[in-house]
Amino acid sequence: MDDIFGIPAPLLFGQLLLGLINGAFYAMMSLGLAVIFGLLNIINFTHGAQFMMGAFAAWMLLEWAGLNYWWALVLVPIIIGFTGVVLERLMISRLYKLDHLYGLLLTFGLGLIIEGVFRNQFGSSGLPYRIPAELQGAWDLGFMFLPIYRGWVVIAALVLCLATWLIIEKTRLGAYLRAATENAPLVQAFGVNVPRMVTLTYGFGVALAAIGGVLAAPIYSVNPQMGTNLIIVVFAVVVIGGMGSILGSIITGFGLGIVEGLTKVFYPEASATVIFVIMAIVLLARPAGLFGRA
Amino acid sequence: MADTTAITANSIPAPAAEDHGIWGFSRAQFGALGVMLVILAVGPFLLYPVFLMKLLCFALFACAFNLLIGYVGLLSFGHAAYFGMGGYLAGHAAKVWGLTPELAIITGGATAAVLGAVAGWVAIRRQGIYFAMITLALAQMIYFLCVQLPFTGGEDGIQAIPRGTLLGIVPLDRDLTLYWVVAGIFLLGFLMIHRIIHSPYGMVLKSIRENEPRAISLGYRTDDYKLLAFILSACLAGVAGATKSIVFGIATLTDVHWSMSGEVVLMTLVGGLGTVFGPVVGAAVIVTMQNYLAELGAWVTVIQGVIFVICVLAFRRGIVGEIGNWLKVKL
Repeated sequence: MDDIFGIPAPLLFGQLLLGLINGAFYAMMSLGLAVIFGLLNIINFTHGAQFMMGAFAAWMLLEWAGLNYWWALVLVPIIIGFTGVVLERLMISRLYKLDHLYGLLLTFGLGLIIEGVFRNQFGSSGLPYRIPAELQGAWDLGFMFLPIYRGWVVIAALVLCLATWLIIEKTRLGAYLRAATENAPLVQAFGVNVPRMVTLTYGFGVALAAIGGVLAAPIYSVNPQMGTNLIIVVFAVVVIGGMGSILGSIITGFGLGIVEGLTKVFYPEASATVIFVIMAIVLLARPAGLFGRA
Repeated sequence: MADTTAITANSIPAPAAEDHGIWGFSRAQFGALGVMLVILAVGPFLLYPVFLMKLLCFALFACAFNLLIGYVGLLSFGHAAYFGMGGYLAGHAAKVWGLTPELAIITGGATAAVLGAVAGWVAIRRQGIYFAMITLALAQMIYFLCVQLPFTGGEDGIQAIPRGTLLGIVPLDRDLTLYWVVAGIFLLGFLMIHRIIHSPYGMVLKSIRENEPRAISLGYRTDDYKLLAFILSACLAGVAGATKSIVFGIATLTDVHWSMSGEVVLMTLVGGLGTVFGPVVGAAVIVTMQNYLAELGAWVTVIQGVIFVICVLAFRRGIVGEIGNWLKVKL
């Protein structure tokens, strides 16, 4: 096999694939954050915990109810999305009139509670979740072996992100949503039930995080900390992309995942910090973010 | 930096004009300061001095954090970076370079200030929620650096940091001797913050908190003011972390982790955001709670989360804020 820039090609493509998978999760998570932020004006710090709950819910469905991966893919977003709806109605909705920072503090506290409860129940070490039989094995692409499940994650995440983009940009419901983001009282005056839309939007964002969790379960071990470590990187991704544009957060998410993967090949010591460094550079050059509005 | 003499002349009344207290403290605040001094003086004879020293380190940390959130309106979610880095550098200075404790603590504070200058320079470009996310992300970067850099000792941290002899004269091996030093550092930091927020500079900070565009339209370079506040806050957080590592003889990754950033937010929130004494009371409550609930393990996280939720939903003034509201005074 040939070398590319002095790096063995299988290593390069392998890390690129890993980067693409991380990027898929960054994209889905930052998309959820952006959708929630657009309408609710809060940063959902619980997002990481909800991602983790998605993975655990898939594990529970399999172990306790015998429902396989495909069932989990359908049921988990509904279940976790519903917990999001309850959370919004009971707690988050009380904070809309206050400084947005209180929303951050509340969701941070909720994240601590959820993570702590899961750690008490399941310990810190991970639980295994097997790749479904249909997606086991690997394809030989000629230049590398592509594990089928990993290819599936990238494609599924892309489809989910583009579907979300289509719903928001091209449908009537999405038009209401965008209008309410611009001027909620006016939309309400036209007879749209904005508070219900806000609740459902939060539920939708949470469901997106939960699907991410289900997709992640067979790749990473299912453990209580999996979400928190991810969410801090996703915050940096959100700052880099700016939360103004849906397509922007998808592109930024995938792009940064690939950059991170390449860093692992060329300068592994910096792979944990490269996204934060990029964030600092972007802030110095374009404070509003790559796709953001000032 | 804008001309500060013009500030008082133009827009904002001089602090002396509104409170007729002593040294800038209102009467109620002066009374509270007296109570605090008495507790500081008799505390080590009633309680375990090491516990009190831990409490004082966190109280100073929370006061430094409160300088930003309470008086400039900036929520930093990454203050553990400065606290932890101050601790690492002080530990390294005392153990490897053999510096005396006061020089080690100054090294820690100075490092945190430099770090704060760089991070603040990046972070003040955005406000509100973005500012919180940026500071958190930068702190996570510093955390990863601490995991990788050789001098921090990775997972083990820096252990067996000597307490040394203060100024080369006073050995600090006895807990009680060290306690008076730590109490002195805390008081110095506390009074320094008080002085900062009652200076003309502090008045400008408050005007930025209330209405930044208006402060800009009055001709203040608000970015300079915010950056200096960030540096001062980071420096004092570093001093707190440095003192803690001298007291316990250990500096570890726990102090740079994001959960420590969350803890200091919680302390300040419980005590009362933007109150002078709130962070001290909040730190006392949270440190005491952790001390008594240590054997509960991960439930401590859950309890902290619950306190967060309760404070945000029903108790936004915090303990000191509620007392002040009840007594109709500013504490």
